Amino acid sequence: MIYNEEYETLPREALEAVQLKRLQAQVERIYATVPYYRAKMDAAGVAPGDIKTLADINKFPFTTKEDLRKNYPFGLFTVPLERVVRIHASSGTTGQPTVVGYTKRDIKIWAELMARCLTAAGATPKDIIHNAYGYGLFTGGLGAHYGAETLGATVVPVSGGNTKRQIMIMRDFQSTVLLCTPSYALNLAESMVDAGIDPAEMALRVGVFGAEPWSENMRQEIEKALGLKAIDIYGLSEIIGPGVSVECIEEQHGLHIMEDHFLPEIVHPETFEPLPLGEKGELVFTTLTKEAFPVIRYRTKDFSRLITSPCTCGRSFYRMEKITGRSDDMLIIRGVNVFPSQIEHVLISIKEVEPHYQIIVERQGSLDTMEVQVEVSDTLFSDAVKRLEALAKTIQHEIKDLLGVSCKVKLVEPKTIQRSEGKAQRVIDKRKI
Amino acid sequence: MKVEQIAIFLENKSGRLADITGILAEKGINIRAMSLADTADFGILRLIVNDTENAQKVLKENGFTVGKTEVIVVEVADKPGGLAGVLQTIKEGELNIEYMYAFTQKSGETGLIIFRFDEIDKAIDILVKSGVRLLSGVEVYAI
Repeated sequence: MIYNEEYETLPREALEAVQLKRLQAQVERIYATVPYYRAKMDAAGVAPGDIKTLADINKFPFTTKEDLRKNYPFGLFTVPLERVVRIHASSGTTGQPTVVGYTKRDIKIWAELMARCLTAAGATPKDIIHNAYGYGLFTGGLGAHYGAETLGATVVPVSGGNTKRQIMIMRDFQSTVLLCTPSYALNLAESMVDAGIDPAEMALRVGVFGAEPWSENMRQEIEKALGLKAIDIYGLSEIIGPGVSVECIEEQHGLHIMEDHFLPEIVHPETFEPLPLGEKGELVFTTLTKEAFPVIRYRTKDFSRLITSPCTCGRSFYRMEKITGRSDDMLIIRGVNVFPSQIEHVLISIKEVEPHYQIIVERQGSLDTMEVQVEVSDTLFSDAVKRLEALAKTIQHEIKDLLGVSCKVKLVEPKTIQRSEGKAQRVIDKRKI
Repeated sequence: MKVEQIAIFLENKSGRLADITGILAEKGINIRAMSLADTADFGILRLIVNDTENAQKVLKENGFTVGKTEVIVVEVADKPGGLAGVLQTIKEGELNIEYMYAFTQKSGETGLIIFRFDEIDKAIDILVKSGVRLLSGVEVYAI
């Protein structure tokens, strides 16, 4: 099913015409209303009139989280506050929170985009949607909520936390669609088993998981553990929140970008030069229809590439490859780039290893050390020391093989690694650099 | 002839042994024999108790990783050469010992050796044929 057939299947040429018209109007308005953006454009020697084709966006300066911080809280809004009906903010774990705003129209568009995403994932108005994304300043909860209501489904606004109660509600209500982070989906599956509840008692048939990068292996784990189809959804508050792109249930391969509202680019992660279509680099978005908080060339720090081949689902929107890592999550261990998702990939590919792990990075003298802690499950456990040592060695060896960096593997008792109630904390970096 | 043993995964941090013995004590479970294998990072506690099922259940409920394995318990004379004879038989039978540990009985006349073999059935066969006395589970749990 396609929620907005007219736009989601627009032929490329017509779509690009829509994009160009919207882009020109958007840049024009930003230049006229936000002194900070105007100064940046002036300094770069560009003006709204320079946009003759979509590719001309390349000439414009990027927007980064740093720009958002400098203008905390409302400096980049393009409308007076009286027209802003909602504020969201990022968690701000790495500094000041970044604040975004929405007009009534922004909220309406966002709700439609989320309804499109849920439809792409196979949800219909008949579904009961268990929304375990956190409600509050985080965009996940309310974003998904409005989308599910717009779709006409029944929303259970359970938000994050209190896992036992969530399981009871999900079972008693016979919820059919689960919305949460992928790590929380695994937590739910595990908690069901602990509570002696068979996941088969649930009526879940599809899960829409996002807000953190996750691997194909993790998808298989979740699908097996919960007996549902796991769909990846992508978004970030700086662009709009969840609903920027989503996988279709037909392919589960690449996330269709809502291109009538967002213009994607892929740039080189170091030189920031635009890369040819299909090459992998940092994902950059320009909003095309946002009113309160539009951005030009926002650097997401997420790594992906664009898939331009047609999709069997019928949507004409380009797909972005599943995010494999973020430049923020990227650890540099003794000069080698390491993504937590790569470690996860190794762990899940070794039979019976639980995907509960934590990476601890320290610096001893001038040398970085990486320790990977892995929980020992009942199936993994052996009463013979040599087998457990062999297991630790295998993991160590595989990580070295894939990443080219050696690490220490520490086997830890079950449940000692903190479970995710939202975004999983995979890395503890104790280095003082 | 097989005796059930439970093994528990332990991280090397203080108080874990006390936790385990405390949990078992609370349930009135008595430990018959034990050994602790340790490495720099972790340890494996192996126990023979009077109620294997219950011990495994309560430890799991308390979040421990617990495995159940079968071992054999051999009686040897508590005098010089008592163990040597049994080990000679094992050597001749080309049996590979994963690990072993020992304890003595109250009487002090015989020692009991617990063996973990890869090929437990073959080991039982060889030892019984050579006249070594193996204790049954019932005997061991009731010591």
